[in-house]
Amino acid sequence: MSGFSVIAPGVLSLLQDSGRFGQGALGLTTGGPMDVPSAAWANRLLGNDTNATLIECSVGGLQLRADSPSYIAVTGAILPVSINGKAVEQWTVHQVQAGDVIELGMVSKGLRTYLAVAGGFNIAPQFGSTATVLREGIGGLNGNKLQAGDTLSAQAVNKLQRQRLPARYRPQFNQTLTLRLIEGYQAGSFSATELQRFYLNSYKVTPQADRMGYKLKGAAIQCRQTQLLSEGICYGAVQIPPDGQPIVLLNDRQTLGGYPKIGSVLSLDCALLAQAGAGTEVYFTPISPEQAHNALCLAKVRTDAITSQLVKL
Amino acid sequence: MSQVQYQLTVAGENALMLYFDQRIDPAISALVQQACALIKAELAEDVIDILPSYASVLVIFNPFSTDLYRVQTQLQHCLAQLQSGDSHSGKLVELPVYYSAESGPDLALIAQTKNISIDEVIKRHQAISYRVYAIGFAPGFAYLGEVDPLLQMPRLATPRAKVPRGAVAIADRQTAVYPAPSPGGWNLIGLCPTRMFDPQAEPAMPVAVGDEVRFVAIDKAEFIRLGGELPEAELTGAKP
Repeated sequence: MSGFSVIAPGVLSLLQDSGRFGQGALGLTTGGPMDVPSAAWANRLLGNDTNATLIECSVGGLQLRADSPSYIAVTGAILPVSINGKAVEQWTVHQVQAGDVIELGMVSKGLRTYLAVAGGFNIAPQFGSTATVLREGIGGLNGNKLQAGDTLSAQAVNKLQRQRLPARYRPQFNQTLTLRLIEGYQAGSFSATELQRFYLNSYKVTPQADRMGYKLKGAAIQCRQTQLLSEGICYGAVQIPPDGQPIVLLNDRQTLGGYPKIGSVLSLDCALLAQAGAGTEVYFTPISPEQAHNALCLAKVRTDAITSQLVKL
Repeated sequence: MSQVQYQLTVAGENALMLYFDQRIDPAISALVQQACALIKAELAEDVIDILPSYASVLVIFNPFSTDLYRVQTQLQHCLAQLQSGDSHSGKLVELPVYYSAESGPDLALIAQTKNISIDEVIKRHQAISYRVYAIGFAPGFAYLGEVDPLLQMPRLATPRAKVPRGAVAIADRQTAVYPAPSPGGWNLIGLCPTRMFDPQAEPAMPVAVGDEVRFVAIDKAEFIRLGGELPEAELTGAKP
């Protein structure tokens, strides 16, 4: 079978496409890459559809063997990448031959690295998507994380234009983050004083940070409304539980919840938060829905423009 | 026909919340169902996901094909067709339950707390049909309401590390069947052999929001015959 074999899965490696949408009524969450722009770049560099299935490797340590010729690209968190022991650059398309061993070291900046292959991995979708959600046991290979000995089907590719994303366009994983927040949901149930407290103080990422959500620690925020009927939770929603410590809900969030929410973090900034480790300092800043829409559209225009200026190798 | 009251609130960059009167009520649930059907029919092109719950609908749209204001306007237009009154378009689903001490470790606790017999707890749980108000928390987890006020029980002070698949449970005035093994703090009263979520099946769930569910007692032999499995003792027994 053409494709790749998993020699070692590393800390946590999951097959992901862009996510599972339209299944919320069954209680299925979206999953998908935690850092969407980095994942999309891995696919884009290879000329793949941005929904193509790739591997999200958290913290590092993944080792793959190519079983047929192909091309790969590794983006996202910074870590050493080697092919047959020879260091190669991230954000760059590399050719691999059958038998070649691809090795990811451990991250030095950021948390999640994306490894895509030419044409994407051929994985049977479940509920319209290959995204792995461990909590649900859905997606990927039998709902599991990658394990040593897994074989990942992919087409053999002998010829492809190699290209590289210039360093100046690669995301920076900074120590301090300012998360743009669209106020919404129960925002009106927080007093002006509480909102001020929320925006003026910094929060720290706690170790309770995973694909479901990032629990932060800092100035406690009180909401006038403590209990509400369970309601739908969107990507980036900032939930304030009774202890007043915000939780930013991310890809594997539960679909419904009953805690008050102050609004939602802009998706572009959720991607940066998902690359942040425990202890990272985080600020929130409010933006209007119009500013959010502009930011998304500008990011898309910019990405399209950069795509046409990739360095051909 | 009276005008239906609702509120549209921003939830995120590509998300709008539709709120009805915030209470658990079959009439409100019927509005949620109607709204979902209208949104699916009229905004299908731009809407990526719809998450209905007790008294709200979260609408997620594609921010590159539309925008908040356009969606807001379209929603207002299509929601003008909402009709109040409890229209029962949902189907009736019967779920068999093996109620017993071995399958429902909290039956005795409920009976004791409420000063009624275990048989009375079982009888009252079956006496009414429940509405599926929401599906979420985990795939296939259907929130059913509302249980007889006499069976109303708070969640356990310490949630169980593992509740078996098929566990029939009560928390406050809600009841549910656990679709998969998971941690849980609800009071367990029986086991249901029907798979509440089967990724291989079409449809994956026997119920949908708006359906009605009735529980029917079965004995152990019938439970086993219907494919039910009794979990190992450690799962149903008291917490270690």
